[in-house]
Formats: sequence, structure tokens, C-alpha cells
Amino acid sequence: MLQVISLLVENKTGALMRITGLLSARGYNIESLTVARTLDPALSRMTIQVDVDSALRKQVIKQMNRLINVLQATDLTEAPSITHELVLIRVRSTRENRTAILKEAEIFHARVVDSSVEGFVLEVTGSSEKLEEFIAVLQGYGEIEVTRSGVAAVSLEAKKLKLAPPISTGAGDADNFSEKDEVVNA
Amino acid sequence: MSTLMNGARILLDCLVHEGVEVIFGYPGGVTLPLYDALYDHHHIRHILVRHEQNAAFAAQGFSRSTGKVGVCCATSGPGATNLITGLVDALMDSIPIVAITGQVANKLIGTDAFQEADTFGITRSCTKHNYMVKDINDLPQIIHEAFYIAASGRPGPVLVDIPKDIFIAQAHYQPVKAIHLPGYKLVLDGHAGQIRRAAQMMWEAEKPMIYSGGGIIHSGAHDELRELVEVLDAPCVNTLMGLGSLPGNHPNFISMPGMHGSYAANLGMYNTDLLVALGVRFDDRVTGRLKDFAPNARVIHVDIDPAEIGKIRNADLPIVGDCKRVIKKMSKALRELAPEMAHTNEGARASWRQQVADWKAEHPLEPVFSDTEIKPQHLMSEINRISDGKAIVTADVGQHQMWAAQLIRHDAPRQWLNSGGLGSMGFGLPAAMGAQVANPDKLVFSIVGDGGFQMSLPELATIAGEGLPIKIIVMNNGYLGMVRQWQELFFNNRYSSSTMSTFPQIEHLGAAYGIPGRTVKRPEDLRGVLEAAVAEPGPYLLNVEVTSFENVYPMVPAGGAINEMVLTQPTPTPVG
Repeated sequence: MLQVISLLVENKTGALMRITGLLSARGYNIESLTVARTLDPALSRMTIQVDVDSALRKQVIKQMNRLINVLQATDLTEAPSITHELVLIRVRSTRENRTAILKEAEIFHARVVDSSVEGFVLEVTGSSEKLEEFIAVLQGYGEIEVTRSGVAAVSLEAKKLKLAPPISTGAGDADNFSEKDEVVNA
Repeated sequence: MSTLMNGARILLDCLVHEGVEVIFGYPGGVTLPLYDALYDHHHIRHILVRHEQNAAFAAQGFSRSTGKVGVCCATSGPGATNLITGLVDALMDSIPIVAITGQVANKLIGTDAFQEADTFGITRSCTKHNYMVKDINDLPQIIHEAFYIAASGRPGPVLVDIPKDIFIAQAHYQPVKAIHLPGYKLVLDGHAGQIRRAAQMMWEAEKPMIYSGGGIIHSGAHDELRELVEVLDAPCVNTLMGLGSLPGNHPNFISMPGMHGSYAANLGMYNTDLLVALGVRFDDRVTGRLKDFAPNARVIHVDIDPAEIGKIRNADLPIVGDCKRVIKKMSKALRELAPEMAHTNEGARASWRQQVADWKAEHPLEPVFSDTEIKPQHLMSEINRISDGKAIVTADVGQHQMWAAQLIRHDAPRQWLNSGGLGSMGFGLPAAMGAQVANPDKLVFSIVGDGGFQMSLPELATIAGEGLPIKIIVMNNGYLGMVRQWQELFFNNRYSSSTMSTFPQIEHLGAAYGIPGRTVKRPEDLRGVLEAAVAEPGPYLLNVEVTSFENVYPMVPAGGAINEMVLTQPTPTPVG
């Protein structure tokens, strides 16, 4: 089974390259990667799916946390979390099997996002296992085209995020900067 | 409050604000505006090297010998790519340097413009952090962040790539009051409970061994280390990067461990029951075969970088923190616990000290002499005699580096400068330039092999031009000695491309640059010639022809166990 690493990173040029570089330098392939802005537009949430054994993963995550642009890297592989992805499937249908396909979609809670005489585009979200089953079922109806988003994960544990405080450079007054560590909720 | 000025001037003002006095660099097309601003700058001295790689090494020499951030500068494309070896070298040895590189103008980036290279991308894995400046208004912030990142935490190289149009653009410069890097969390103090536990473990140990490295020097923890060593009265080894952190003449100092470490250091590391690892990273050159490294020891590991802990060897007691702060608290805790705990294993620790001393006496690191040839060890012992623990010694990479590490004593930190992690040949000479610029009144020896010296030849012009009184000692054995040694041991004496049959006539080479040069071959001449070289007010180039086939011992073959050192030349065995 693949493992999941979740990262909170600064939304800056090169941040993605630094993180993926740690994996590629060791010859590990990234199985899936999703990244998008958080509520704070200065930050991005990244979910990476890899196949790296646990001792090495621990080391790689430490090294990810060492990156200046990374606020927090967490291993969600064994932590309580929800890991979902979205799939868009284009399926060709004949007049005869249209109803059957819609029935399958209903079972898997897929939505029809496009419908034409050639067939449908279905959108479905869920765990990777569920999506794979759905894909297998639809393959029974003929040729399909699949685009997967890659997984996005959210931890079920509220984690305190510890951040570094601002540092005075000594130029002018820096009275506004507290010496105490900043603690915010992720 | 603010003044309108161009990016080049803003950059220089930021550097002045960071306390920069010297830049080692080489100009080029896109850095012309910067060099124009440097032309009549009153506070920053620019030293023109002859190859950008040497600018990075010289900046390291400056930094390694002072603890300050070294600065180097190169133009775009080839200038930047030439810096790479020096950057990786600094990354491996945790040396704080800031590299400024020019980049083609923003509008040309990505067009395969003349002298364009993706410096930001290329140097991502060569630096602790890197930047590309896309907006003139970000420049001051980025420069101050770069210096802060380079010098704080686990130090390292930071590169700032600046497109040409940024150097030219005009902006109102306002000093930066604060920098905020929310993801750059430094843990400095060490966990109080863990430190107390560490002190308990130390008093409980029967055969404690302190294993200290470059982290001691980076954090300036040499006095704290000495105190700890004395409170516990334990033997202490210094790694190649840590030499000088405990004075070489300290009774508890047990030389260097590892592949070419001493018998006492390696047997000590093998037999200890408590390894107190301070600012070290369990390098493979130290540990040998990992499962046989300190096999019966519990490990206390102190490091400022959490990613180092447990990377190679699991730590029974990890402490993340700055060595200086943590070790100070450790000594305090040891003292507090002493009345109830110190006597528990006092006897065992005394016999352990005796055991290590016996090992030291059994196979000491001693120079070898010959009546007919200069032995490399003889050369190192003469340099050691002149230095008397006080000179700055830079080494290149190879056999001479190991003999110098074994035989030249250092009584203070920041005197022994060498490329430890990356093992970059060509390091020694430019590093000496940086060290001499930073320490104009100190005696600086640059000990280099005939191989590495020839990699740094162009810098003779810099040394001559700047009048840097470096004593360049070429240990010339006519081979890439370490390669040849391995070929003898593991490749059936097949000296594939390790022979250096051609070497310039040093007198002529020196004369070409106006540097006095001399070759010495006879052992009885060595002392006088070295003393004359040191007495010379300016630079001196000394070619010392040493025994060609001398090999470095003790030796732990790569992947071997540290207690199975080869102490002397064995019979070569063919590779199967």
C-alpha cells in the first residue's frame, strides 16, 4: 500500500521543487501529488503519495521539515486521516446500456457532469479503493478514459502548528516582535 | 528616510549592514552593474580570484577560520556553475557562505539567452536554501534572510540569484527591520529533562567516550567541550571536522577516529559502553561497518539538526539543540549529580582511561623518518613543530590530508581547515587565501598534494597579486597517493591513471608569479628550508619530494569494522 505525506508549505516559487527533489534524489517516484492554496493564500497544502519504506520515510520527512519553505510535514500513513481523490471518467455508451451505466454511477455516488449521444463523463470522489472498483466496473462497459486528481488528505487530529517568530535585524525598532514562539492553529 | 538607488548599491548596502568586508569573486556580463558599484566602494574589498570555484573555497576559508559568513560572487551561466563544487562542499561541512550570482535579465530568462543557466534550479540541492530575486523591492529582505539562514541553526551555503535588470533598477532602499521565516524553526536549548538524563547516563557509564565533531566548532562550544571532558574525565576523540575543538595537547584528547584514525581512538570507539556524540553525523569514514561500530554502546546524540538524529545510528538519548548551550547544561547537570553519582563507577572509569592510554602508548600516531628520503610523516612533524599548535593549516584531499590530520596538533578551533564531507581536491590553496585574508597576521600553511595543487594553480596569481603570505607546501609523491594506495590494496597494484609523472619545476613556476619557490628532497635539509619559507615575508612555494610509495596507516578498509584496523603495510592481495 502507498504511503501519504501531508505538508503545509509556503506558497512560493521553488517550494515544490525542493520537496520533490528530496524524493527524486533518492530515486523514489511520486505516485500522486496534489497541491493548492490554503485559507491563508500565503500557504499551500500538499499531499504526496509515495512508496518509501518506513525508516527512510521518517528520515525524508525530517529532511522535508528542515526545508525553509516547509512549515510542517506529517506522515499520515498510519495516522487517523481521510484520504480521498477525485476521478473523471469518460465512458462511451450505446443506447442499450445507458441506463445500466447510470445505475452503476448511482451505486458509487458518481455524478454525471456531461452527457451526450456518445456517452457520459462521470465524476466520483472517495477512497482510492472505491474509485478503483468503480473504474473496474465501468471497464466492463467498454473503452473508458480516466483522469485521476491524486489524493488529498486531511488529518483527523487537530495539530498545533509551531512556527518560528520574526527575528529583528537590528535596523530600526523591532519592538513589535515578540520573543515568544508563535502558535497558531493549522 | 529612504534614498533612491540602484539594485547593485542596495545589495552592497545590505552586505555592509551584514558586516561583510570582503567578497571573493569574478565579474562577468550580467554582474557588470554590481562591479561598477564595487569600483569605488569604500567598505567592501573585492578579491579577484582566477576561477569561480576558488571564490567559493576562499569564502569558505574565510568563514572556517573566523566563524563569520563568507561571501563569493559569480556571473550567470558558467560563473554560477563553476561555484557548484564549493557550494556542495560548504553544504557537506555546514559552512556558512552566501553566494551572489548574476542572472540574465528577467525578460530573457527561459530564452536560452547568452550565459543563461537555471542557477536557481541547479543549486537547489547544493545549498541550504536559495533565492531568485524577481523584484527589486524584495532584494534587501532576501539578502538579510540569506545571511540569517546561512549563519543560524546548522550553518550552510545560501545562494542569491540576481537578474541583471534588478542590479540596474532604481528603488527606495529602506533598511529591513525584521525577517520572518515561519518554517525555519530552530531548537537551540535542548530538553532539560533529556540533558539531566544524559548526565545520569554519563555517571552510570563505565567506559564513556566523547565523540565530538564539527558542530562544536560551528557553535563555538570548544570551552564547554573542554569543561565537559574534564568534569567527566572521559577520553575524547575529535573527528576530522572537529580537530582543534579540544586542544590537541589536552591529556584527554585521543586523536581522530575512523578510516585513518588512531588505534586508541578506534578501539575506544569500539569498546565504549556510552558514546557521547556531540555535533557529529556518524559519517561512514568514521563508523566503518555500521553494525560493528560501538556495538555495545548506548548513544547520546546532541545535534542542532533534528534530521541528523537517528539518520545513521539510533540514539538511545537524542537531544536536539545547539552544542554550546546543551554541553554547558550537561556539565552543570554532571556537577549537580556528582555528589551522589560520581563515585559509583569511578574505579571502572579510571581503568577505562588507563586502557585507552595503554592503547595510545601501544600504537601511537608517530612520524616515520628515513635517512635517505623525506617521509610524508616527517614533513608533517616538522610543520607541527613550527606551528606548535598555533598556525592555520589548510589541507587539500588525499594522503597528505590524513597525515596532516594525524600529526599536526591544533590547540584552538578554526585552525584546521579541510574539505571533510565532500573531499574536494583543489580546496586547500583557495581556502588558505580566504583564511589569510581573514587573518593577515597569522601563519597560514597550505599543505597540498601534487594532484590537488595542480587543480588550484591559477590561484598563484591571486596570491601573488594580493601578496598573501601563504606557505604553500606541496607534498609531492608523484602519484595521486590515496588512489594509488587503494589500487595497491584492492586493485592488484594496477596504477590506472594515478601516476603524476609531470610536475612543473617549482622554482620556475614560482618565478613566473614572482613567488619564491624551492624543491627539497633530502631529509636533512627539510627543517632549514621550512624555516626559511616561514621567515619569508611573502608567499612561499615549497615542493617537498617525499617517499613515493608511503601509505597511510592505520587504515580501516571501507566497510570494515573499526576494531580491525590494518596498522602497517599488508601483503597486497589480488581482487577476485
